[in-house]
Amino acid sequence: MQTTNDEKLKLLETMLTIRAFEEKAGELFQKNMIPGFIHLSIGQEASAAGTCSVLRTDDYLATTHRGHGHMIAKGADLRRMFAELFGRSTGYCRGKGGSMHIADFSTGFLGANGVVGGGFPLIVGAGLSIKLRNSDQVGVVFFGDGAANRGTFHEACNMAAVFKLPVVFVCENNRYASTTPADNMLAGGSVAGRACAYGIPGVSVDGNDVLAVRAAAAEAVARARGGKGPSILENRTYRYRGHYEGDPQKYRSKDEIQSAAETDDPIERFRRRLLSEDVLTEDLEKRLHKEIAARIEAAVQFGLEAPEPQPAEAFEDLYVNP
Amino acid sequence: MPDRELTCTQAMCEALEEEMQRDDTVFIIGEDLVAHGGIFGQFTGLPEKFPGRIIDTPISETCLVGGGVGAALTGMRPVVDMHFADFVTTAMDEIVNQMAKIRYMLGGQVRIPMVLWAPDGGGLSAAAQHSQSLESWFVHVPGLKVVVPSEPADVKGLLKAAIRDDDPVVFFQHKRLFAQSGPVPDGEYIIPIGRADVKRPGRDITVLTYSRMTYHSLEAAERLAADGIEAEVVDLRTLKPLDFDTITRSVQKTHKVLIAHEAWRTGGFGAELAARIGEELFDELDAPVTRIGAQDVPIPFSPVLENTVLPQVEDIVNGIRKVLYG
Ligand SMILES: Cc1ncc(C[n+]2csc(CCOP(=O)(O)OP(=O)(O)O)c2C)c(N)n1
Ligand SMILES: [Mg+2]
Repeated sequence: MQTTNDEKLKLLETMLTIRAFEEKAGELFQKNMIPGFIHLSIGQEASAAGTCSVLRTDDYLATTHRGHGHMIAKGADLRRMFAELFGRSTGYCRGKGGSMHIADFSTGFLGANGVVGGGFPLIVGAGLSIKLRNSDQVGVVFFGDGAANRGTFHEACNMAAVFKLPVVFVCENNRYASTTPADNMLAGGSVAGRACAYGIPGVSVDGNDVLAVRAAAAEAVARARGGKGPSILENRTYRYRGHYEGDPQKYRSKDEIQSAAETDDPIERFRRRLLSEDVLTEDLEKRLHKEIAARIEAAVQFGLEAPEPQPAEAFEDLYVNP
Repeated sequence: MPDRELTCTQAMCEALEEEMQRDDTVFIIGEDLVAHGGIFGQFTGLPEKFPGRIIDTPISETCLVGGGVGAALTGMRPVVDMHFADFVTTAMDEIVNQMAKIRYMLGGQVRIPMVLWAPDGGGLSAAAQHSQSLESWFVHVPGLKVVVPSEPADVKGLLKAAIRDDDPVVFFQHKRLFAQSGPVPDGEYIIPIGRADVKRPGRDITVLTYSRMTYHSLEAAERLAADGIEAEVVDLRTLKPLDFDTITRSVQKTHKVLIAHEAWRTGGFGAELAARIGEELFDELDAPVTRIGAQDVPIPFSPVLENTVLPQVEDIVNGIRKVLYG
């Protein structure tokens, strides 16, 4: 697929923004400024940026507990994201959801999910709704290698396939589900490989190559939009941080993490490529970093200055007609 | 022998270790148990001591709970780790339609000696899908036993009883109590399922409670003691079978009842208690039975909101005053 220089720079910017957001969130969590627990997607930015780059604002996206990057790539407002992570009243979910339940319906972002595998049926329903409304939207669900073992995955793939729903299942195989290596739990060794059971395309992608992700996503999204039904994409990637912030990570070595970060970092790979193609210059890069840092800083500031919810707000939003 | 101080988690681990040593059909199955001894480190040390008997599974709760039932039907004693009690929802058929009923439906041909271990409760800003107290669902279903301990000694004795029990037991432990310490007797002991415990005697009012709210109730009782109010705190420890004898004795003494649980008020176990006390002990009562529970909304993320929704010590203090003085 064709990607213009502007689009390439935009992909880089999205990845850098996600990383800066996640690093800041990790730092603030460490300082006890974010309650609860958070799951960061550092190392997996290409999957979010590449996939979302072929989506329209009105396309639907459902994700997991590790969803900040997807939300950013779909176009959410960083300020309201931080406000939500802080549990504030002007956050996306008025402080009720936090990182694990953050959502922004104005950008088609149907939400993170605290239940692994919770997103599959939701996206099937969104796909059905798209079809019933004769719309040309598409629904995408991100999920982990671990989630591919939930029954909901199989039910959703089958139903989306028999109904030919405009849905794309995007697995981020980051090699671990919490403490458990995917290799130990994923029968058949591949999520994409499961597609053949449903008679739909299943494509395994170098998930740290943002252009490869984008190309595969473009094809799957076009297929969905064209009424030809669902696909499974498997973006092979790696998470650098713990499963959650504070994870002791006894299940893998520091060397493993370091070597992944040094040899296969999605941002570094793309940056080098853009420099060699003269799409990116060092000046431009500096400016990009500066701009992103300023946006993150402003977003954090907005979040910190945002009001705490009033206790009475706990009783709002349950029913439309109480 | 002097008592030792252990945390709830240490007490639980001792129970598991003793039972696994005693009976080699006992095994633990769930997600992420081996590398870190469970996601709360709750089984630390056990995977090394019992290789092959602490089993990590894929994220497939439907199958791992149902698989527990199948193993129990065929000679094993599984302890199934639910990861978070909230995820029981992903295996409700296996729990409600299989585990609870198979023995009865099959005319008593089989036993299902199985423990479903479910860490529950809020207070960690873990938001609506990781903070619930769902025990009343299981009390409602005939065929299940439901255990909700508070202190470490009870955790140990009751878990041992649950593992040895030939019927399925849903064993809830409050996440905020994992690190709670308390005296635990040395050596082997069992606390039978179905016995409440008076944690603090008092003449003025009976507080019926369990799990984390036991500690909140004890604190409330302590505060009220300064005003000369003597609250009797009864930790139910088991909801099914229910120790109604202990409840009766306490109500016959105090004639007033406050119920405190962290689960939602509407349809919570307090409703069952209040109804039964009304039916059987109406003549003993000097005031309406009153309930303290979470407000009827999902548990919100923000600490401000979560503290509004979950019952606080202050709510129990006020509840007691209300029952006593109207
Ligand atoms: C139904 C359910 N089971 C278990 C969990 C606990 N849990 C949260 S994330 C996680 C691992 C998920 O792994 P994966 O799907 O690979 O996503 P990743 O964290 O790697 O992004 C587990 C077991 C949960 N939230 N929901
Ligand atoms: Mg994973």
